[in-house]
Amino acid sequence: MTAMTGTSVLAAYTTSTGEAVQFWILGTIAVIGALCTVFMRKAVHSALCLAGTMIVLAVFYLANGAYFLGIVQIVVYTGAIMMLFLFVVMLVGVTAADSLKETIRGQRWLALLCGLGFGALLAGGIGNATLTEFEGLAAANSAGNIQGLAALLFGKYVFAFEITGALLITASVGAMVLTHRERTERAKTQKELAEERVRKGEYVPPLPAPGVYARHNAVDIAGLLPDGTPSELSVSATLRERGQIRDVSTEAIADLRALEQRSAERLERNPLEPRPRPGGSTELKRAEEAQQ
Amino acid sequence: MNPVNYLYLAALLFTIGATGVLIRRNAIVVFMCIELMLNACNLSLIAFSRMHGNLDGQIIAFFTMVVAAAEVVVGLAIIVSLFRTRHSASVDDAALMKL
Repeated sequence: MTAMTGTSVLAAYTTSTGEAVQFWILGTIAVIGALCTVFMRKAVHSALCLAGTMIVLAVFYLANGAYFLGIVQIVVYTGAIMMLFLFVVMLVGVTAADSLKETIRGQRWLALLCGLGFGALLAGGIGNATLTEFEGLAAANSAGNIQGLAALLFGKYVFAFEITGALLITASVGAMVLTHRERTERAKTQKELAEERVRKGEYVPPLPAPGVYARHNAVDIAGLLPDGTPSELSVSATLRERGQIRDVSTEAIADLRALEQRSAERLERNPLEPRPRPGGSTELKRAEEAQQ
Repeated sequence: MNPVNYLYLAALLFTIGATGVLIRRNAIVVFMCIELMLNACNLSLIAFSRMHGNLDGQIIAFFTMVVAAAEVVVGLAIIVSLFRTRHSASVDDAALMKL
């Protein structure tokens, strides 16, 4: 390969061994990421695999002398677009299972066959090409990659660039129109909600917080009542409906018991015998004795 | 290394993306596969730009990115509004042209 004579030579005419090694390693990762995107069951995993593939592609852009686009790829694709994807995946529901039932019989195999045929077609076309070496971007990038791009963008392609502006504004307005929902009724104010609650008389005080006295503060763990039973009221109604409440009450009580035993050992107190006392549980009695 | 290798990689990624669009039922994953195809095209454009020694390919790739960003914004908005009415993101459920 031609030697890199300083930073002004930005891309070589033929590629170095280093680039070949980079290509084969990162290319493998990119293909694995793409395959995982297609074949992962959950949309979140697909999104993460796609983000990995896109980062690898950004490295390829940089290696090909497209410095501006390499950075834009990372900022716009993995930064903005993939995060938007993840945002929507979370909005739609991570647990929403993808239906694996085929609606058209044999469609999956036909699709795979089509994919293979298409790939063979593309490979055949590329195989016929007589491309053996890079011209290199050294001349085009001589004034700097960004300067070269800017000269083209605001010169030769300025009309397309302006149309792009129209496209972007249309897209943002379209997204707002599509996701906007007109309210059919006035939202109730806090005062009205409070009055309604008192009038109903169902549960007037504030709801208990989740995770209180449990082992975690997570919102899906019901807070424990003084006697150690979980209070379902403390978990959001949505989680209650989905049955996603985690019950840790037995663990919490076991932990408490272990803690009490350890403190009793340290204070050289005899392990407490549960003596029957009217009107008090053993837990309460231990607390009383610890205070003495 | 032969520069054609970049084109083969782009073709492979494009094929994987196209197969994914045909196979998957989840609208979000279908969308991700479309993004994969767009990225594969960008890779080939940038490789061509280096092969021919001018920056026009990079400009086209830049426009592709802009269009992809606009497309993602509208597409995800459509998916969200579909999910609101149907409570599923499956493309099979959206067989009718009305919500």
